[in-house]
This record gives sequence, structure tokens and C-alpha cells, in this order.
Amino acid sequence: MLETDLDRTLEAFFTGQRRAAARLISVVENGGPRAEDVLHQLYPRLTGAPRLGITGPPGVGKSTLVDALVRYHRKHDRRVGVVAVDPTSPFTGGAVLGDRVRMGDLTTDPGVFIRSMATRGSLGGLARATKEVVDVLEAFGQQMLIVETVGVGQTEMDVAQATDSVVVVLSPESGDAIQAMKAGLMEVADILVVNKADRPGAGQMVRTLEADLAMRPHSEWSVPVLVTVASKGEGIAELCAAVDEHRVHLEQSGDLADRRRRRAQTEITAVLRDRLWQRAHARLADEIPAWAERVAAGQETPYTAARSLMAAFLEDSE
Amino acid sequence: MSDRSDDTTRALLGSLHQRPSNDDPHVTVSGREIRPLVGPDDVDIDHARDLGEPGEYPYTRGVHASMYRGKMWTMRQFAGFGTAQQTNERYRFLLSRGQTGLSVAFDLPTLMGRDSDDPWCMGEVGKCGVAISSLEDMETLFDGIPLADISTSMTINSPAAIIWAMYIAAAEKQGADITKLRGTLQNDILKEFIAQKEFIFPPLPSMKLVVDTIEYGTNEMPQFNTISISGYHIREAGSTSVQELAFTLADGFAYVDAAIEAGLDVDDFAPRLSFFFNSHLDFFEEIAKFRAARRIWARHMKDRYKAKNPRSWLLRFHTQTAGCSLTAQQPMLNVVRTAYEALAGVLGGTQSLHTNSLDEALALPSEESVEIALRTQQILAHETGVASTVDPLAGSYFVEKLTNDMEAGAEAYFARINELGGVVPALEEGFFQREIADAAHWYQEALERKQRVVVGVNEYVNPDEKQQIPLLRIDKEVAQTQNAKLAALKTRRDPAACAAALKRVEQTAQDGGNLMPPFIEAVKAYASLGEIIETLKGVYGEYTEPIII
Amino acid sequence: MGRAIRVLVAKAGLDGHDRGAKVVARALRDAGMEVIYTGIRQTPEMIAEAAVQEDVDAVGLSLLSGAHMHIFPEVQRLLNDKGGDDILLTGGGTISDEDMAELRASGVGQLFGPGASTRDIVEYIQTEIGGRRAGEPS
Ligand SMILES: Nc1nc2c(ncn2[C@@H]2O[C@H](COP(=O)(O)OP(=O)(O)OP(=O)(O)O)[C@@H](O)[C@H]2O)c(=O)[nH]1
Ligand SMILES: [Mg+2]
Repeated sequence: MLETDLDRTLEAFFTGQRRAAARLISVVENGGPRAEDVLHQLYPRLTGAPRLGITGPPGVGKSTLVDALVRYHRKHDRRVGVVAVDPTSPFTGGAVLGDRVRMGDLTTDPGVFIRSMATRGSLGGLARATKEVVDVLEAFGQQMLIVETVGVGQTEMDVAQATDSVVVVLSPESGDAIQAMKAGLMEVADILVVNKADRPGAGQMVRTLEADLAMRPHSEWSVPVLVTVASKGEGIAELCAAVDEHRVHLEQSGDLADRRRRRAQTEITAVLRDRLWQRAHARLADEIPAWAERVAAGQETPYTAARSLMAAFLEDSE
Repeated sequence: MSDRSDDTTRALLGSLHQRPSNDDPHVTVSGREIRPLVGPDDVDIDHARDLGEPGEYPYTRGVHASMYRGKMWTMRQFAGFGTAQQTNERYRFLLSRGQTGLSVAFDLPTLMGRDSDDPWCMGEVGKCGVAISSLEDMETLFDGIPLADISTSMTINSPAAIIWAMYIAAAEKQGADITKLRGTLQNDILKEFIAQKEFIFPPLPSMKLVVDTIEYGTNEMPQFNTISISGYHIREAGSTSVQELAFTLADGFAYVDAAIEAGLDVDDFAPRLSFFFNSHLDFFEEIAKFRAARRIWARHMKDRYKAKNPRSWLLRFHTQTAGCSLTAQQPMLNVVRTAYEALAGVLGGTQSLHTNSLDEALALPSEESVEIALRTQQILAHETGVASTVDPLAGSYFVEKLTNDMEAGAEAYFARINELGGVVPALEEGFFQREIADAAHWYQEALERKQRVVVGVNEYVNPDEKQQIPLLRIDKEVAQTQNAKLAALKTRRDPAACAAALKRVEQTAQDGGNLMPPFIEAVKAYASLGEIIETLKGVYGEYTEPIII
Repeated sequence: MGRAIRVLVAKAGLDGHDRGAKVVARALRDAGMEVIYTGIRQTPEMIAEAAVQEDVDAVGLSLLSGAHMHIFPEVQRLLNDKGGDDILLTGGGTISDEDMAELRASGVGQLFGPGASTRDIVEYIQTEIGGRRAGEPS
């Protein structure tokens, strides 16, 4: 896209064209200076709309739940934006993004915008990219923003970074609860949902989770444990009520401002790190191989090598 | 071949250096490694325990003592096209030539429970089968054909119960005694979730509809086979032979479980369960698959389900040669492939056989190719002598070993399915779909690496060939005729009676009662297929499958 | 390597035979592409709208029901309507050479018949999208 193209796309975006929104999301997702320009233009349009994260182990029904949530908000006439994140294969760099399947006919609802995103293996970068994609959707006028991501390893931390309220979804199936407790999913949860409550074991699971929560240090917000049957739309109104309640809590306690401040801080740090690294890399890339050779030959340690490289870089910057 | 260039000749002979050398392991089309030699030490053959006599438990050697000497397999070619009227004419012609059974192919809209005027059906009405949207269409389809005297096979699944209700109503109107009607419904919804994907409702209510038909058939129409448990489509979707065997039989057991749970006695319905398998190219493996299928079924029905009637132990099956083995390149070669596959089906002891036409994978087969397909079976039956001796391969070290391996492989799958909580939870979780996708992927890779040779496609390619795919032009008139007919019907029928009948369908679906009686009432009130399906969707919801790549 | 190529893989119409679509989706992923898989039973409207929202480089349709002369032009028209005329529309299935030629002439990309190798499909998309991207600054 040429600069003038970008301007034209921005213009189209402001008149509500979905193709333009989709393009700007790509620009932002791909990062770089053009992403910055776009975000700069969009910032004044941000509305502070609620941002909801949905995470949990694979196959628990997250996408089905998102579909039900979107329908609920559509009934209340809210425009909704969905970002569904799936992992990139570390071996091929490719990904299959399949969350749309569960949201079939929402695709053609003009009040809904769904975007699939691959993690692209960017450590920490995912949080930034996700947040900025959500920014675009918010600036586009979506009034409720939902991010779905599989909670394996790091991604649930990223979704927590990018949203205000995090719903952790589990299902009564094999060992989800234990896995969640081990994997740190419980730490990011503002609300816990046991989906597939039509399957045996849901009641038992709720009790296990509540017992686990009771043992955790007391905080002002007590994490509720809800049950849903996403495939039948059961428990969705209650879930939405809990999300609203959490938002009220965030606003009244000042946590929302806090969270957003913390998020801004992380963002600045990430951008700064990116920038510094880019500049350092541009300056030092050619020299690194020679140093690597010396380290490999035992003449230097990685630390002494880094120290010398850093010194060279800082000298240049002055 | 004097008009061919040297290049062409070389290509036809194949580039030898690219093919696997003799040191490479030989694998079957399903990826099974095959040994160069199998002898008495490699296989444990206990004649009494594992083979028995033909017509005796465990039926490894066949379901009849005299097999094809007693009764030749049925040569049943499946067909259907266009409107009910056009198909009716075709059926009358076939019956006038001495055919005693009919096999109905429905179009995609009907298979998906949609009326011809549904916007989803644009371009598909009457395409790969006949369009049936109401009892009126069913009456036209069998106009002048006495349903009391023939046996009708209907390839239909999700809407099977409703289509069957139309068949019953049409027969009743002809004055037939419905308790004497004969035929087969495919009605195998589990393989739809697993492979063919023509599902509508979620698995549990779908299973309930199947059980309703089994129950209704057991009580009211004891001569009708209400289900044909199918591995054919599982194989076409890319499964291995063991997967086809294991998943099909697991589906069969799931239906038996569901019917027993609904309060039926296993010996009351099991004798009417029938099966439908694929016969693929890997000759011995396929034969072993059929023999193992009979043995596994007999063992489970007798030991696990405690069936007492020996007829409950019998696995009777129809076979179709593998559509997925046909090639668009040099289609004449498909005649050869189909012949080998048919031979495997016969040596495996099939009860009936459909041989594919050489252009079947690409279009509605031409008359000439249909004839060649049928003649292939006739040559097999009357010229080759393979039908003269029962289970001629029994006792072969290799075949018996493969049969044992097949059984062991299937049992291993049963155990895994069990661990997942049964067939329905396993398919909701995507287990079968993942297994099949992996197998299909392996096969594609093997083709592209030329680990497997497909003559005319990845080796021995004819460089001069231009791909001939017959034009599949959409006959817009069929849809127009259908739509006009349906619109006229809707103005003619009694709207109050129709609405009341649909209400009763809804009520019964909610209460969990047997839906066959309200279906029959609704079709008689000329509620359309689409209307009845929509009513059920309101109660049952629709199914979206998990994504497995 | 530039940013990943994004491809929407869909099955249009009522036909549920998804073996080919899945094999291709997997091959594209293994070639490093981001594949948005919509599953079976998609309308042309759903396909075009999803392609636009996902800002894909290409749409790949698998069609075995014989409805290709209806579906491909319809998806192309809807893509154009929605400003997605620069999205490559390709696909495969049981499509005759004549039909392929007719569709190509109407602006649809290359189509692949039965027995096509997934390598050829991957290569085609890579070359085609690579060419298109070469014209723009990254
Ligand atoms: N029984 C039951 N099944 C459900 C429910 N919700 C979802 N499912 C099924 O669970 C399976 C997975 O659903 P998805 O929504 O794709 O799950 P997901 O968590 O988004 O999966 P990934 O994105 O792959 O991690 C599907 O077969 C759904 O139909 C429920 O409440 N009850
Ligand atoms: Mg999901």
C-alpha cells in the first residue's frame, strides 16, 4: 500500500467500510512504521468499549461460547468485534485458523466483525498485536470486543494484557480443572466458566474450582464460577451479567484505570524494546557473527561479547 | 504406437529411476507394511476357534454354507436422476426388463432435508439423484409400480425417517399391506458425522431418530432393513482399511447399544442390521477386511450382547468398489481397477455388489460405461470360476494372518473409542475425523513422493492426454418443474391439517416419543420434507462439527 | 521471508465431501501459510464476506457437486462488490477443461482438477501472491 493508498484506506475506514477495516488490521498486525501511523490516527476514536478475553484449554467450547455471547449482544443492539487467535506452527510458520466455523452465519451480520489471527510465534508481541487489532475494531465503532485464544502456556497472559475482563472456560472433561490450576490459568481468571454443563461431572468440577479459589489469598473481587451450555445458549445471560458486574467493580475500585495504565506501561516498554532492538540490530548485525566465532572458540563469553557490542552501539548513539 | 514420439514412449514406460527400489518396504494402500513371505510360524490358525465352516460361527468363511453356489451375489447398481417423473420412467423400464429391486439415489437437497425451492439448493436440484420434497413426489416416483411386490433400497440418512414415512404412506395409498414391505434404508447417521458430513441435527437426537425407525420396523415392518451400517464413505473420506472396518463396526455396536437402551431385545432387531463396505485396490487386505468383519461382529454379538438367534450374529454386507480409486486421467483404466476390486469383494464373500462405472467419479455415468460395469460383474460370476468354491483363500498363511491383524487392529480402535466414552463423544471430539484426516494426508504425501504409484497420474503419465471431464451442465428445468409443483401443492393442501400435523411432530420431538407415526401423519397432510426438518431443527438445533485439519 | 500468505479455504454449497479441502488446507499450512478454514456448507455471501474481513490474499474453493459454474462467478461478483477484487479466487474439484477456461476468462484464477498435486497448488499460490506483493512496499 502506498502512502496515498493508506490515506484512502483510512478515509474509507472512517466511513465504515469493512474492507478498509480489514486492511488496517493487517497493517497493524504486521507492525512497523505504517502501523504506527494508523494507530496514531485511530487513537482519538477509541471509545473505551469493554474488552473481554475468553481463554481456556483446546476444545472446551470457547468459540461456541463467543458465538453465543455475540448473539446476546446483537440482541441488545451492540456492534461486536471478535478477534480469534490460534497458534502458529513453530516448524512451518503456518497456521490453521478455524474458530470462524463456530460463528458461521454471524459472518454476514453487518454489526459483527470477526478476525482470525495467528500467534506468529512472537513472544510478548502477541499481546501488543492483539491489543492493537482490538484498537482498530474499537475505533471502527464496535461496542463490545471479544478476544478468544487457546490457554496454553503464554497466550492467556497475552489475552489478559489485551483485555479488561478475562473469562477462563473449562469443560467437565478429563482433567481440565487440574490442568488449569497447574498452568496458571486460574491466575488470569476474573470469571470462571464450566461449559458443556450438559455433560456429566460439571457440578463436581464447580465444587473443585470453588474449593481451589477459597484457598487463594482474599481479594476485593471474588471470582465467580458459572456453568454454561454454550451450544444451547444456556447460562449466557448470567455470564454477561457477571461480566458487567466485573466491569462495574473495575470502574468503582479504580482497577480499570489501573489495568489500562499497566497495559499502557507494558505497551510502551514493548515498543521501546522493539525499537531499541531494531536499531541495535541494524547497527550490530554484521558484527555478531565474528563475535559468535570467538565465543564458540572459547576466547570470549557471550557476556563479554555482548558488553563490547553494546559499548560500540552506545558510542554510536551519542 | 508408431505415431508417438520417443518422449511419449519413454513417459509411458515410466521413469524407472524415480520409483522405489526393491529395498523399500512394501506398504499397502493403507500404509500397512507387507512381508515378502508369510509361513506357518507367522500365523496362529485355530480352525475351530477362528474359522469354522462356511455358514457357521464365527462366519469368517461366509454367511452361507454354499455361498455363491446356493445364491449368486446380487448385482445392484445404484441410480437416480432429475425429477420423480423421469426416475419413475426409468424404474418402469428396469422392472419391465426383469429387475426385481430398485435402488433410489436422492439429490443433495433431499439428502440434506431441504425442499427444492430452498435458496441453498441452487444448482443442485435433481443433479446427483432424484428430488423428493413431499409425499406427492414419492407418489410420482412409484406411480404404477406395486410397492407390495418389490424391494426398494433408499440411500438416505439424516432425513431417512421422513423419507421412509413417505414411502410407507405411498405404499398405503396403493393399498399395499405395509407389514409386508421389503427394502433397505441406509439411515446410518454416525458415518455422516464421521465422514460424509450430511448431518443436520446434533448426534444424540440424530441417534434417537435412527432408534425410532429400528423400533418402528421391528414392530410394524419386520421385513424392512431399517439401517445399512456403512464403511464405504469412511473409506472414501480417506481412511485406511482398518479404520473403515473398526469405525463401521463401532457404529454398528453403537446402534445396538442405543436400541437395547430403548428397550428392544437384541434378537428382535439385530437380524435386520446390514452393512455396506468399500472394496479398494489392495487386494488381499480387502479380502481380509471382509473376513475379519464377519468374525468380529459374530463374536461381539454372541459374547458381548448375548444374542441367541444365530441370525443376529451374521454380518451381511453390500460392497461398492472404491470411487476414490478412480482416476480422471486415462479413465478406461478404471475398468481394470474396478474389476480387481470387485474380485476382492467376491472373494471376501459379499452379498451384493455395485461396480463403479469408469466415469463415475466425475459425472453421472454414461449408458455405455454403466453397461461395462455391470458386465464386469457378469464376467466375474460366470467366466472366471471364482464363485464355484466357497471362501477359496481360507488357510492361506498370508490371508489368515492379515485377517487376524485386521481383527486386532479393529479391537485396538474399539478400546480407544471406549476410552473416549463411546462413538458419540469420540466424534464430537473429532477423534474419527482426525484419524481419517491423518490417513488421507499420509496417502497424499505418498502419492506426491511417488511412494505409491497411480498409473496414469503420478507415473506412466500420458503427456498427450487432455483431461476429459464430461460437462455437468445444470438442468435448470428440473428445479423449475420441482418448484412449480411444490408451490401448487402448498396452495392445494389443507393448511390446518398440515399445521396440526407439524405441531404434533414438534410435540412428539419434545416429549421424546417415537416420531414415525407423526411423520407418517405429517407427510400424508402433505407437509414438505423441508417443513418437517425445520420443525425438528426448532427442537433439536443444528450441528456444527469440530474442525480437524 | 515476508509476512505469511493468508488463504481462506472453503467448501461451498451443500456437498460435505471435505477430503480434498482438508488435504489442501494442510498442505498450505505446512508451506507456511495462514489458512482460515470455514468448514463445509458456506454460501457465496459468507465466503466473500469472510474473505474481506480476514483480508486474505487468496480464496480457495473446493467444489465436487458440479455447481462450480454457479458458485465461482457468484463469489467473484460478491468479492468485487465488497472491494475485494484484488483477492485471488482459485480452487478445484471435478471441473472440465472447458469450464476452467470459461471461468478463467471471467477473471477467476487457475483451477485444479482431480489428481492435482498439492505442491502445484502451493506453488501457484506462492508465485501468484508473490508477484502481486512485489508491486507494493512492505
Ligand atoms: N455438549 C456440549 N458440547 C459443546 C458445548 N459447547 C461447545 N461444544 C462442542 O465442543 C466442541 C468444541 O467447541 P469449540 O467452540 O470449537 O471449542 P474451542 O474451545 O473454541 O476449541 P479450540 O478453539 O479448538 O480450542 C464442538 O464440537 C462444540 O459443538 C456445550 O455446551 N455442550
Ligand atoms: Mg475456538
